[in-house]
Amino acid sequence: MKRRDYLKAGLRDGFPICLGYLAVSFTFGIMGKNAGISVWEAVLISATNVTSAGQFAGLSLITASASYLEVAVTQFIINLRYCLMSCALSQKLDAQMPFFHRFLISYGVTDEIFGVTVSTEGKLNPFYSYGVIGIAVPGWVLGTFLGIISGNILPARVISALSVALYGMFIAIIIPPSRDNKILAGIVMISMVFSLVFTFVPLLKEISSGFRIIILTLLIAGAAAALFPVKEETDVMPEAAGKEDVTYGA
Amino acid sequence: MEHNIYIYILVMAGVTYCIRMLPLTLIRKEIKSTYVRSFLYYVPYVTLAVMTFPAILSATANVWSAAVGFAVALILAYRRKSLISVSLISCASVFLVELFTGI
Repeated sequence: MKRRDYLKAGLRDGFPICLGYLAVSFTFGIMGKNAGISVWEAVLISATNVTSAGQFAGLSLITASASYLEVAVTQFIINLRYCLMSCALSQKLDAQMPFFHRFLISYGVTDEIFGVTVSTEGKLNPFYSYGVIGIAVPGWVLGTFLGIISGNILPARVISALSVALYGMFIAIIIPPSRDNKILAGIVMISMVFSLVFTFVPLLKEISSGFRIIILTLLIAGAAAALFPVKEETDVMPEAAGKEDVTYGA
Repeated sequence: MEHNIYIYILVMAGVTYCIRMLPLTLIRKEIKSTYVRSFLYYVPYVTLAVMTFPAILSATANVWSAAVGFAVALILAYRRKSLISVSLISCASVFLVELFTGI
């Protein structure tokens, strides 16, 4: 495949992210308007941060006139999950990949872009990443812009429907490999059950969603790695295309 | 104390970017440890599963349309439909459920 083919494939796979982002960042734009920041400032926040929970928290801190340190610490805690994702993604990059590609790919490590890029077969081609980023991030920025200038240009029904786009995508990434691999199926199910428990059980539900992701990932992926070590010659998520080439067992 | 919005934005963007960039630039070699490799192999499945459920159930106007969207996505993904079809058909089913039930 040539660069252009990778770019095209990335644009194709990034399209659902673009739609989902429109819906989410639209809400961010509306909140920005209520918080009294300008169109340009809201768009700038979206274009430089590209993170939902972090931006929502940041906005409320800005409105409350919090200290810069407080903003930094909050962003660090909310977005720490990206560190785990980048660690996983690092193993998908060619060891020889130049730094400028690494710097550019880093810009787009969001939950969704990570999910799509980490599930490609073999090593990650940077141009595939650029394709995904190239369509997803404009959706994020455009949604913010529309939300803040209009308030309700999109009917509530459309927003509601688009809100499942990102989840649908996550499901399309994790279910096919789970179909072939009982261990992965078990891990996916256990993760969902624990997530449910952490959402509703008193005390546990006080944990923020960012930390819930980190705690459960360390716990479940950590236990799975001890119980079912993956043998040699595997890359991260190799069989997302439905091909099974992983062997398990100690 | 007077705060500058641009410094706020710079702090937010800077912290977020560093979290993403440091592992991608510091870990340049293939990790040899079987445990760490296995852990990183399982990471995406856990994070994406945790992010999806039960959050998807409260994403739409009501829990029923969301449940239909969730079920549709599960079935299509199980049948190995492409990323974009799973995502868009799931959105469409939510839209239709909300349209016909009038919620």
